[in-house]
Amino acid sequence: MLSGGDMLIRSLQEEGVELIFGYPGGAALHIYDAIFRQDKVKHILVRHEQAATHAADGYTRATGRVGTVLVTSGPGATNAITGIATAHMDSIPMVVISGQVFAEKIGEDAFQETDMMGISRPIVKHSFMVKHASEIPEIVKKAYHIAATGRPGPVVIDVPKNTVNPAETFPFEYPKKIKLRSYSPATKGHSGQIKKAVGMLQQAKRPVIYSGGGVVQGEASELLIELARKLNFPVTSTLMGLGAFPGDDAQFLGMLGMHGTFEANTAMHHSDLILAVGARFDDRVTNTTGKFCPNAKIIHIDIDPASISKTIVADVPIVGAVDSVLRDMLDILKSSSKKTDKKALADWWAQIEDWRERHGINVKPRYNTSGDKIMPQDVIKMLYEVTKGDAIVASDVGQHQMFAAQYYPFKRPRQWLNSGGLGTMGFGLPAAMGAAFAFRDKDIVCVTGEGSIQMCIQELSTLTQYGLPVKIICLNNQALGMVKQWQDMVYDSRYSEIHYEDSLPDFVKLMDAYGHVGIRVKKREELREKMEQCFALKDRVVFLDVYVDPSEHVYPMQVAPEGSMRDMWLSKTERT
Amino acid sequence: MRRIISVLMENEPGALSRVVGLFSQRGYNIETLTVAPTEDATLSRLTVTTIGDEHKIEQITKNLNKLIDVVKLVDLTEGSHIERELMMVKLKASGAQRAEIKRCVDIFRGQIIDVTNTVYTVQITGASDKLDAFMDAVGDAAILEVVRTGVSGISRGEKVLSL
Repeated sequence: MLSGGDMLIRSLQEEGVELIFGYPGGAALHIYDAIFRQDKVKHILVRHEQAATHAADGYTRATGRVGTVLVTSGPGATNAITGIATAHMDSIPMVVISGQVFAEKIGEDAFQETDMMGISRPIVKHSFMVKHASEIPEIVKKAYHIAATGRPGPVVIDVPKNTVNPAETFPFEYPKKIKLRSYSPATKGHSGQIKKAVGMLQQAKRPVIYSGGGVVQGEASELLIELARKLNFPVTSTLMGLGAFPGDDAQFLGMLGMHGTFEANTAMHHSDLILAVGARFDDRVTNTTGKFCPNAKIIHIDIDPASISKTIVADVPIVGAVDSVLRDMLDILKSSSKKTDKKALADWWAQIEDWRERHGINVKPRYNTSGDKIMPQDVIKMLYEVTKGDAIVASDVGQHQMFAAQYYPFKRPRQWLNSGGLGTMGFGLPAAMGAAFAFRDKDIVCVTGEGSIQMCIQELSTLTQYGLPVKIICLNNQALGMVKQWQDMVYDSRYSEIHYEDSLPDFVKLMDAYGHVGIRVKKREELREKMEQCFALKDRVVFLDVYVDPSEHVYPMQVAPEGSMRDMWLSKTERT
Repeated sequence: MRRIISVLMENEPGALSRVVGLFSQRGYNIETLTVAPTEDATLSRLTVTTIGDEHKIEQITKNLNKLIDVVKLVDLTEGSHIERELMMVKLKASGAQRAEIKRCVDIFRGQIIDVTNTVYTVQITGASDKLDAFMDAVGDAAILEVVRTGVSGISRGEKVLSL
């Protein structure tokens, strides 16, 4: 016989949950008492509920395991909202348990009452409110199942305090199976459609594989590589998909979209066949949808039928798990007597190499390398060198995020953790923290800016408490850089509210206050030494505060509105 | 184009708000909405009429299907179907108007369900355009109050929406 609170924690144990990221409070006290009375599930005390959700999210992105969050009612629940929305936009599985006031008080504006079911509704995959303690095991089982399967996403369990009352106990049995009559996500793709798609792949003359976050989430990286190798097709990736195809591979064109490479965006525009794998034709990818890749036929593989033909109509839609569909495609290709058009592909590759040579950012630097200012691109390149390209890199949101995506070629999936869909500043540090719990032996880096870092900077204290030696690389340009870039380019350099008027904290002293190490870098020639010093301090949190050229912009940048994929600014003055 | 989408969903608290929320969240229109439990107490049937092009309707049905509480749905307008809406109208009815309105109600095969010295309350059932036509026929000047249930629909023949 167990109380609701004990059942809840026992159920998490049964699910194999190792870590709960959370913050206690009144309505969650019974649950916290149940945590105290066991030692299988470890609770991580963050400093703000937003960070609990981002940390769980970072842990999930880095490991593939479902993250778990526990918050109290009212402000605890509302603080978690940004992190839930972040996970929802990027299809990250997560279970968020929120305390709730006593059931009989619901609707009476009780202390710390908020309608969590209502507030979270548009940003969750599903949500449950516990009506009786005896329902808890089944609800937990369903929550983890729903969060992790199909197109993954966050699930909220709202737990009124009376349902976890320690004085009332019930028999506990964790269900082995659950029945959900209305939920059966697709697994295998339609064989006829797959056959048709393979036929088109074999005939393509100017194909591009456009890979997305679904390849990472769907554990299909190896299959994607195998397919791309077999076909000798160029591969581009969304921001979310980076790492699923090796970033330093000759077949990789770099990221596509708003800040994608010239060769990726131009190849997409001129392609005759796009194989979209686990990507969703997001507006940061397509630019103006009416002008999107005019001559391309589109094969779209996605586990979510609603993603298909949402913004760009697919010629061959394939609903299914990406790994299963790619495996089926490979099987057909292997047994097929037909060959790809080698001559056409050779011409296509020659054309792509020409584009790459002309404007590719990885062939040679396309930014000013002769000044005395530190260029943000060089910081990321140095980071790549010093970490041997092997670090797990979490990022915040802004220019630094784009520089990291462009100049740190990720080798493997789950190496790059960033808020792509929602674009949540403050995501980086807690996400890095979540990953650090799972990978004690790897370099864990948070690439950030002096703007973003201040949105969840309180977690420096959590890093101290749990001894997590995260390295924070701050591209400090003394302004909200991405906003500045837009104001420069679109608002005639009218800089509205992007400067801090000399009020930035002294990050070196701040680090000292938290018991960490802060290193300031202002001179170009010091960059290597200080970066090496940063990573030599294995067991310490180090904040590398790098003063970068404040006038530098991220290029290429697609021309918007009304631009097509290939319309890009390549520098302040140069346009395609 | 106007569509009638019929949805079988879990008869659970919050299920309706997920459906309605989806429409406002994604900027879809709701023209009418009706919902009530079915012969199976665990299921509710919701009927929504909405307006949109083919692409929009496809997105609506896909996104409705994604809701965990939605068990099954059908776009009734894709096949032959019957739709009905019930309307009660309170009409000014005195003197010569009384006979006139009575005739009009008979033509539309409605019923006068409540009578006072000066007012008739009329009940009419039919497709939405028939109810509109009745209101046109009696004229705005006569109408005191209107209440409509919104559209319910069912497909013709053997086809059923069930588990």
